[in-house]
Amino acid sequence: MYETNYHRAASIEEAAKLMGTVAEGKYLSGGMTLIPTMKQRLAAPSDLVDLRHIAEMKGVTVDGRAVRIGAATTHEEVATSAAIAAVCPAICGLASHIGDPHVRHMGTIGGSIANNDPAADYPAAMLALDAVIMTDRRELRAENFFTGLFETALEEDEIVTAVRFEAPVKAAYQKFANPASRYAMTGVFVARRDDGVVRVAVTGAGSSGVFRHQGLETALSANWSPAAVANVTVDDSDLLSDIHASAAYRANLVKVMAKRAVAAA
Amino acid sequence: MAKITMTVNGRQVSGTCDDRTLLVHFIRENLGLTGTHVGCDTTQCGACVVHIDGQSVKSCSILAAQAAGSSVTTIEGLASNGELHPVQAAFKTHHGLQCGFCTPGMVMAAVDMIRRHGSSLDEATVRTELEGNICRCTGYHNIVQAILAAAAETGGVRQAAE
Amino acid sequence: MGVEGIGARVARKEDKRFLTGKGRYTDDMVVPGMKYAAFVRSPHAHATIRSIDVASAKAMPGVIDVLDGKQLLADGIGNLICGWMIHSKDGSPMRMGAWRPLADKTVRYVGDAVAIVVADSVAEARDAAEAVVIDYETLPVVTDLVEALGEGQPQIHPEAPGNLIFDWEIGDAGATDQAIAAAAHVTELKIVNNRLSPNAMEPRATLGIYDAGDDHFTCYTTSQNPHLARLVMSAFYNVAPENKLRVIAPDVGGGFGSKIFIYPEEIVCLWASKRTGVPVKWTADRTEAFLTDAHGRDHVSTVKMAFDSSNRITALKVDTIANLGAYMSLFSSCVPTYLYATLLSGQYAIPAIHANVRTVYTNTAPVDAYRGAGRPEATYLLERTMETAARELGLSPAELRRINFIRSFPHQTPVIMNYDAGDYEASLTAAMKTVDWDGFAARKAEAEGRGMKRGIGMSCYIEACGLAPSAAVGSLGAGVGLWESAEVRVNAVGTIEVMTGSHSHGQGHETTFAQVVAERFGVPIDSVNIVHGDTDKVQMGMGTYGSRSGAVGMSAVFKALDKVEAKAKKIAAHLMEADESDIVIENGALKVAGTDREVPWSQVALASYTAHNLPPGMEPGLKEGAFYDPSNFTFPAGCYICEVEVDPETGQTKIVQFVAADDFGNIINPLIVEGQVHGGLAQGIGQALLEGVHYDKSGQLLTASYMDYAMPRADDLPSFKVTTSNTPCPSNPLGVKGCGEAGAIGSPPALINAITDAIGNNELTMPATPQKVWAAARAIS
Repeated sequence: MYETNYHRAASIEEAAKLMGTVAEGKYLSGGMTLIPTMKQRLAAPSDLVDLRHIAEMKGVTVDGRAVRIGAATTHEEVATSAAIAAVCPAICGLASHIGDPHVRHMGTIGGSIANNDPAADYPAAMLALDAVIMTDRRELRAENFFTGLFETALEEDEIVTAVRFEAPVKAAYQKFANPASRYAMTGVFVARRDDGVVRVAVTGAGSSGVFRHQGLETALSANWSPAAVANVTVDDSDLLSDIHASAAYRANLVKVMAKRAVAAA
Repeated sequence: MAKITMTVNGRQVSGTCDDRTLLVHFIRENLGLTGTHVGCDTTQCGACVVHIDGQSVKSCSILAAQAAGSSVTTIEGLASNGELHPVQAAFKTHHGLQCGFCTPGMVMAAVDMIRRHGSSLDEATVRTELEGNICRCTGYHNIVQAILAAAAETGGVRQAAE
Repeated sequence: MGVEGIGARVARKEDKRFLTGKGRYTDDMVVPGMKYAAFVRSPHAHATIRSIDVASAKAMPGVIDVLDGKQLLADGIGNLICGWMIHSKDGSPMRMGAWRPLADKTVRYVGDAVAIVVADSVAEARDAAEAVVIDYETLPVVTDLVEALGEGQPQIHPEAPGNLIFDWEIGDAGATDQAIAAAAHVTELKIVNNRLSPNAMEPRATLGIYDAGDDHFTCYTTSQNPHLARLVMSAFYNVAPENKLRVIAPDVGGGFGSKIFIYPEEIVCLWASKRTGVPVKWTADRTEAFLTDAHGRDHVSTVKMAFDSSNRITALKVDTIANLGAYMSLFSSCVPTYLYATLLSGQYAIPAIHANVRTVYTNTAPVDAYRGAGRPEATYLLERTMETAARELGLSPAELRRINFIRSFPHQTPVIMNYDAGDYEASLTAAMKTVDWDGFAARKAEAEGRGMKRGIGMSCYIEACGLAPSAAVGSLGAGVGLWESAEVRVNAVGTIEVMTGSHSHGQGHETTFAQVVAERFGVPIDSVNIVHGDTDKVQMGMGTYGSRSGAVGMSAVFKALDKVEAKAKKIAAHLMEADESDIVIENGALKVAGTDREVPWSQVALASYTAHNLPPGMEPGLKEGAFYDPSNFTFPAGCYICEVEVDPETGQTKIVQFVAADDFGNIINPLIVEGQVHGGLAQGIGQALLEGVHYDKSGQLLTASYMDYAMPRADDLPSFKVTTSNTPCPSNPLGVKGCGEAGAIGSPPALINAITDAIGNNELTMPATPQKVWAAARAIS
């Protein structure tokens, strides 16, 4: 790791102020991606501003079907939240399979979203749930937030403070893990609103990161059943290909995971 | 440079290190507690697992500065009065270790797993929960046996106390 | 057997320190004034070094010095060598290219060490290593073993034209070809044995300490054989004469072969310590481990197996190419030859065998012994072929094997080995019973109903362990003898220290060796200390690999115990005025048989040191040493059966049952033996299902971390069903065969045979990743 300076913020305001005073700063939440990246010398922020101790960024509130999760809420806290489980167990299930237990004790939803790793799980959920990403200065719909591989609409010093979404009537996430990294080689989040509209988001497979699949959404909006997936064509031309999985194999996984997610929802 | 104060194994400690110093290196080098190990660079092997404020974490992916003010437990802090912790004892009885390198992280992971699941742990859950700990010697067979045995023992004790 | 003697299921003595964080590994060592090293490594797979500029690196904070290969050469440090001479079939010696500990002219793989930085901290050393400026002229690269032998490929070493190191053969080509021509059936197969990274969880590390006052070096290192390290560093690398070099391998976090070899880092850190005047510690990170630890396997073979009309094997013909990487590592030449082709008879009576082996250089990390070393490659080739043949001949896999089992011993194979004992039928029967072979059809039908494809596969392996009779291996090219030494030192109060040249890095020697002593003298194992891993404490040793510690290391202890026992009996007889031949040892006392006269063990020990009343002419003390040189290899064998369920939609394989039925000879501690089998199985299953080293065309390692190299984790594996049916080994005093590698040797073909059975397609290579299995299953349906 290159040299860096560590700062701990007690409030959102203090965090933003600290960031304004440093050269090449980065916000640090759980650090489960950022610290390993810095260890490999692939990132070299001059300063780190730690958000993990900001009380106002932590915690979950559920009001009817409206769910709000503070950005500094850990994966473990989401996974074990009875309040969320009552309205949207899919998001608890997703959180309970991010990384491993030790990573889940540190990693946060805000950190995961702001990093937008193309194989991360949360971006698929945000997109399929039509979630709103709340920052210290604005609110963004998930579709406008995730802009590419490790790219988001966040400005340099902008802080994700929370996410909120309306719990759908049906939702589930199915992930096929990379045998080595255990990140999603393909993960599919399906969500069906009470008006019957279905959103399907895919992570781990797209060459430009998380994406919605129109064909699956159309088919499942018309017929919410695992069988409806069978006739959908998943074009593999925009999918990732690497030593673990070809684009064609990933295209197959998109369908299989979508089918299983619908069955599990 | 950061001046760090934290509680380690019940004792308040402080030390000076680079801001970039990882918690595992602070523990190993500043405190001389070499039971916590480093086996990979990518937050996967779990040889570095310690507890911060009662929860298992990977000390190779946390800055020492991030842990300042926290209470840290390492493998050295588990046994008390020379008596092995029930999880340590179960690892010995069931031959859940060979070269010993992954063992401290495995034991710390197991203690946390049993804290969360109690005696309801079954084999499939133990195997899933061990996703963040890699062992190259044992094939996990006896580690799983040891954790199940320790969970049955300590989970039972906890229930009786409640 | 006593409660702690031979055969007892004793929990390990060494566990307490590992469980409480008190293990002492090389990276845990701290000495006054110690500094830290980082290596500057080649980012290119093949390049000429035009120049090295260390000026800005030397000026960085905390940097003590930056040293390169020219300085190393000027100081007379020698080339790394391969210690086993193989001659090609034309009689010419193997063509070994020069391997400099720090490359001075040419780099030949990504990770090749070029310079060392010594600094106040690891972070500063790494900062400075990045600032070393090296001007490389890149050269063409070849990483694939078959391509490397082709026309017009890059030439990696001038000493080895066409990248061919040797072209070796074993067996009778004429008889084999004749039998194949006359066969009723010939099964032909192409076999690829995938390249693996050993991945001991403790990365390699070394601490070099030069003491200018005594002109003496101390080397702490992660080694499986510290004495061999000292011998080689002294005799070949000119680091220091043996009496000026102490090598200590303290607690070592797994080896699996990868820590047998002498690597550049030990040598360079010792040298750098002398150059800089400070102790120098280096610890690999995991990526360095992936780049530079010797890899394993990487064979491509074709095989022809001939059968007569009664389905008996009449001949086996094998042609193998083995990748040795960019340099010949210490034992690299013997792995694809004498540890491989000599096992090609398997458990079967095969009248004619011929194997041809070509080894090649490529621009990849060196390849050497990895758990099993040659024997997994032989087993995979044979057992995939047997399974394929059974399918082609319409026989059950068990039936074809039974027809061809060797059933009388000793059995001389056509490829050197003389099997001394075994009962292959017993292992096969035990495995089939444990797995409930007969119930498989019903289980398959049930799985079919759930849309899953179930398959079952077996593997009957044999290996040669207990390396090895010194004269025999000497005649085959080994540079060293493969005996072992031991010294048993009885203290005046009767406690015992055993110095052994074997090295424990997970195997539990501190317990099992003590059990052998406990068995002999009736003393508790807690009164026996096993001392190993330090050239100052143990006179000489050959280390631990090839499942040799039991058969060879313990046999040396056994011989030393004979001598101690004989002397103790003489003393006891003298003290009790009895005849020496009447003395027996029972329950920790020496007794006159048939009487109530006895002296406690501790009193005999004390008498030997007070020397007030010893038999006339007897030297004081109770300490004896022995060297044991085995008369033959040992031959562990067994049958493994794997049952899998394949998800045809994703290609995911789930192991639903894995049964291992082994013959290890006599067993010292079943708890530890089972643990060895479990670990070996996990590594073999890892090879078959998950693990594979990938280089791209430019020689960059694509699997350089756990993000891309799939290590077996707990949820990839089932609980194993392990059983033994043992025939004692006749060639060593304990009747033991060795159990360390069996699991890794026997399991891969069982798994691949099961998956190919499940999907109905025999075309499948390791690792059988979900993607490959999915594609193979689709190709057939």
